[in-house]
Amino acid sequence: MLKIEKLTVEVAGKVLLRDLDLEVKKGHTNILFGPNGAGKSALMRTIMGFSGYKVISGRILFNGEELAELSVDERAKRGIGIMMQRPPDISGVRLRELIKATSRGRIEPEALAKTLDLKPFLDRDVNVGFSGGEIKRSELLQLAAQDPAFFLLDEPESGVDLVSIGQIGKLIRKMLSAGIKCPGERYEKGKSALIITHTGQILDYVRADRGYILCEGRIMCSGNPLELLDEIKSRGYEECIRCKLKS
Amino acid sequence: MQAEELNLKKRAEKALQKRARYGEDFDLKSFGAAPKFAKPIKDLRELDPESKKTLLQVGIVPDAKARLGSLIITDNALAHTSLSDKSLELLSTQQALKKHPWLKAYAWKLVPVDTDKYSAKSYLEAADGYFIRVPAGKKASFPLQTCLLLRSEKVSQTLHNIVFVEEGAQLDLITGCTVEKGVEEGLHLGISEIYIKKGASLNFTMIHNWNKQIGVRPRTVVCVEEGGSFVSNYICLKPVRSVQSYPTVRLEGKGAVTRLSTIAIAYPGSELDLGSRAVFNAPGTRAELISRTITTGGKIIARGEMLGWAKGAKGHLECRGLILSESGSQRAIPILEANVEDIELTHEAAVGKLARAQVEYLMARGLSEEEAVGMLVRGFLDVGIRAIPKKLRREIEDTITKTALGM
Repeated sequence: MLKIEKLTVEVAGKVLLRDLDLEVKKGHTNILFGPNGAGKSALMRTIMGFSGYKVISGRILFNGEELAELSVDERAKRGIGIMMQRPPDISGVRLRELIKATSRGRIEPEALAKTLDLKPFLDRDVNVGFSGGEIKRSELLQLAAQDPAFFLLDEPESGVDLVSIGQIGKLIRKMLSAGIKCPGERYEKGKSALIITHTGQILDYVRADRGYILCEGRIMCSGNPLELLDEIKSRGYEECIRCKLKS
Repeated sequence: MQAEELNLKKRAEKALQKRARYGEDFDLKSFGAAPKFAKPIKDLRELDPESKKTLLQVGIVPDAKARLGSLIITDNALAHTSLSDKSLELLSTQQALKKHPWLKAYAWKLVPVDTDKYSAKSYLEAADGYFIRVPAGKKASFPLQTCLLLRSEKVSQTLHNIVFVEEGAQLDLITGCTVEKGVEEGLHLGISEIYIKKGASLNFTMIHNWNKQIGVRPRTVVCVEEGGSFVSNYICLKPVRSVQSYPTVRLEGKGAVTRLSTIAIAYPGSELDLGSRAVFNAPGTRAELISRTITTGGKIIARGEMLGWAKGAKGHLECRGLILSESGSQRAIPILEANVEDIELTHEAAVGKLARAQVEYLMARGLSEEEAVGMLVRGFLDVGIRAIPKKLRREIEDTITKTALGM
């Protein structure tokens, strides 16, 4: 579904991602680990096509199509959806209006918001004065309206209290499973995702297929996400860098 | 003629050449006098579709159920009045001056006749306009609407409006100023004197819809007494040659409040010099002045001024300007003046383009760049008119969406 080959990305003249290879297959949920400043968010923003993220070399393929020439909205229309960690305030635009525009009228904002406890937020300006947890839920509400085939989730659990983590985790699980229970069918028809996590808490809720460790703009390691998380928890990212240097 | 009138006449005659402090200087001689007669309009519902559309674009609806009353002036003459609640008064200023001898004491008291040549000309022509009086304690259930329509080519329309909201009364007023289709060049000069008595409130929405060669020079002063409230929304979203206005709200009574919002778009060739001024003359008075303007190639000057003369006064001024094209300019001029201690006046001003991060955020939801910019622009303007009562706001939002942004 998503294939990144030898990707090098520059932001404001500084190389943030180097020679990066990564793949998310159809129906898979892959996890991106890494310390602060590793370039995780930069990778997601590059995939989405945000300005300021300049691809120097390499390529990103989505369903076999190269993304380089596509604008942000064209990428969204191809089926990529992003949950941002710190989305901008959109003063004057009510969440209801954005949900309507995003779903192209397919979804009734009221009903959708009810399932997310966000009804009172529909008439508020998007993200303006939202708490950490409210931002996450508002992002998920927008994604639910957008209904993408591929989810980019940037630290869905950060800045959220424990109760909300459960709520958000379950919601993400629901969105990713999209009603499909059979694992075989999941790999054929299911939603795909790339999830950034710092704490690994989201792994309690979603079935993760593969994990990547990103440090200093490079993929240091990849493998079973739960095993990688254990490794990171016990030995830290420094060990990943040392290990990579050895090889 | 009484001595006072003679004196006013002299002052006006002397001011006929007096340039206004701001804005392009129009040569009054190059415009003819607007006709002082009008074809009566019996029922707004019977207007032809084109005229209806003209009125609708400035918030004037033909449906009598949605409004308590309507008054229409075409060029310099009264064309229509209708009023379902007779406890209010809605008539032309000249009719009112004849009916109420006391009114003379209030006319030309807030706006000096010799403010500039435009006020002088309006005085010397005995300009007509609308007169509204809401009796003490009356809370009007629906808005009143007035429309000032320029129908003749290359004339100067002179108007004089007087509004009284008596003690404890409340009114929503919509005024639409516009031109008949086909009228290309002209001047609209409008004097407005508004008295808001103790504990009274007026919610005033003014929508302008002009043409590329029209010059507009409103002169407005509002006097708010103790505990009174004046909320104004000025909306100008269509091409015009030049609008220069700087309404002043004098907060004369303890605890009086005002909120003035301006939303405007300057197209190539347009010059909008729009300001609002609050004068805090009594303790505990409050004001909020908000301006949200966009240029797509025209010139915008957004002025805001707060003058503090009384303790416990509090005011905030917010000027935001967007530049949506390579040409065009935005100039924000906020002025704060405190003359006593224990006063709090603040301002924030920002001019520039739309934040790329906001545009792309919406695009990431599948909106095209055009849709994203449209949504942000509408939102940007919407914040400026949030003080309009909910029901009316929906109408105005529709007006903005359909007529101004062409969506």
